[in-house]
Amino acid sequence: MFVEEHDAKQLISTGGITIPQGQTVQTPDGAYGVANGISGAVMVKAQVPTGKRGKGGGIIKCDTPDDAREAAERLLGSELSDFTIDRVLVEGCADIAQELYAAITIDPVSGGPLLMLSTEGGMDIEEVHATSPDKVQMVTIDIESGLGAGQAMDLAVETDLDPQMHVPLAGMLLTLYGLFRQYDAELLEINPLAVTLSGELVALDCKLVIDDNAVFRQPGAGPERHIGTALEIEAKEQDFLFVELEGDVGVLANGAGLTMSTMDAVTAHGGSPANFLEVGGMAYKRATPALALVLKNPNVKSLLVNLCGAYARTDVIAEGLIAGFHELKPELDVSFCIHGTGEDRAQQLVRDELGIEPHESMDDAVREAIANAAAYTGSRP
Amino acid sequence: MISSKPNVLVQGITGSEGTYWTEQMLANGTSVVAGCTPGKGGQEVAGVPVYSTVVEALVQHPIDLSVIFVPARFVKGAAVEAIEAGVPSVIVLAEFVPVHDTMEILALARRAEAKLIGPNCPGIVFPGRDFVGIMPGWSDRLFAPGRIGVVSRSGSLGALINLNLVAGGFGQSAFLGLGGDPIVGTTFRDALEWFETDPNTDAVVLLGEVGGPMEESAAEFIPSMSKPVIAFIAGQNAPEGKKMGHAGAMVSGGKGTAASKMAALAEAGAHVASVPSEVVELLRAL
Repeated sequence: MFVEEHDAKQLISTGGITIPQGQTVQTPDGAYGVANGISGAVMVKAQVPTGKRGKGGGIIKCDTPDDAREAAERLLGSELSDFTIDRVLVEGCADIAQELYAAITIDPVSGGPLLMLSTEGGMDIEEVHATSPDKVQMVTIDIESGLGAGQAMDLAVETDLDPQMHVPLAGMLLTLYGLFRQYDAELLEINPLAVTLSGELVALDCKLVIDDNAVFRQPGAGPERHIGTALEIEAKEQDFLFVELEGDVGVLANGAGLTMSTMDAVTAHGGSPANFLEVGGMAYKRATPALALVLKNPNVKSLLVNLCGAYARTDVIAEGLIAGFHELKPELDVSFCIHGTGEDRAQQLVRDELGIEPHESMDDAVREAIANAAAYTGSRP
Repeated sequence: MISSKPNVLVQGITGSEGTYWTEQMLANGTSVVAGCTPGKGGQEVAGVPVYSTVVEALVQHPIDLSVIFVPARFVKGAAVEAIEAGVPSVIVLAEFVPVHDTMEILALARRAEAKLIGPNCPGIVFPGRDFVGIMPGWSDRLFAPGRIGVVSRSGSLGALINLNLVAGGFGQSAFLGLGGDPIVGTTFRDALEWFETDPNTDAVVLLGEVGGPMEESAAEFIPSMSKPVIAFIAGQNAPEGKKMGHAGAMVSGGKGTAASKMAALAEAGAHVASVPSEVVELLRAL
């Protein structure tokens, strides 16, 4: 779950990290009002649930409250990374002496937290790491003992900052690690982390991604604005794992690995999948609404149902699909391949209820579905 | 890994899934010796005695492996209890375990020198011997005793390839389901190292998917192996930044693509299939 900048900053501020004075607003006049209450220049920043706003023109520096109103007028209602901007954050500018980068993420190699610290803030850390790896300190953290004070101090001393900054920076890293753990973060990144002319550390931007599996124990995280196409958002609200693609072969399979492999086979045989949708795992008893989702995509010209049951029972999935076919009566051809747990009954159900003979081989089913899509002459709504 | 037939503890045995799969495991040769559910000590499930704590079960039975059937949010408590009590291997089946919990379980397992398989995994199958987890180990269409080692992140793709193997006249020495999470206790590299030393295995089928560095790490080990490796990577169409069903299956920052994994494996000497059905063809061509 992506926590938007303003909300993430509130969370780290409560934890003891300094953030600029500011507020989110939904109108240009609101932007004027907030800017008027802050001395000096302000930043007007689009609040959308995605990164890379600076490059997209979503962050504007304004010298006067009138400029802030104008910037808000320009941003509000416009599109940024597929989102309509409906609020902006107006906040004070820091007197920046230096910009740092500080982040904690999860390292799949060590299986534990990874702290990254760089004196090249404000930039894409992957670029910095690629061009000057010596400018990025990376330390894996033992999750059982946590980030130690000595470890944090060593990191701070290794930077080329004024020695007066070492203790405050080490303290900030300890706070950051505590917040990373407290909020079940996959990523907690402060970039840039400003060192001000008066020697303060201020988080100018903050990115927080909370583990979706831990949202249940993060009541402070607030509601999430889902990312994706309208259909993807609808699917997510129904707890389906769905990704919309550009092709015309609608894919229904059980399990993430099999579903991805089915899409791969469609591509390998010269076709183009319309979606990723998994009806396995916990979703295997919900095949009816899953089918409805796939059919809602107007690009779908044929359907491919590929089941290979292990934990998921293919006969239960088939029952759900058949109920969906009877209810929705889709006017397109369907190709089946069904194997694994419950296959005999599932195949018989498809034969009896839909009059369709399932393919023995997955490749044959894939090829037929591609040919059906190519031969499709109907016009679906 | 689990070289000889383990005595198994089922944590969460009194739940509907725990009970169903305990019955299936018992009917198919698995030595389930005890179950555990807090507060349910003294009951029996399918003839298996239930204890309230892992320690009480350990007092009465030799236990080599615990399989955890509890829901995701209770997994950490159950896994920590088993590892701290001294159970040498733990399999976590649940999907949606918070990744911070997984990191803690993994750190504890390393310190205690316990093996962890999962989370979000289908378990392990030794055809003709036993199975532990939620794969239909009894299905003679998916599993037959043989000499191919199969290791997969995904249960469903594992099922498909196992089906193709058996239809093609092959059998498995073992099927290991590693799990679809970004962090799992047993990696492809661990599995390859085990299959390389396993006297019952002649060749290994590795079934990976997009996301994370696990396939690339495994590729580093392949040149030192004496046994051939056949690989397939799912998710060749996966768009950037979208989770493809599994929490761990996401291409991000241009990393973790199927193409990069396939290239790393091929360069290391693995035979890489472009579609699932090609796996059997490549095995035949060895």
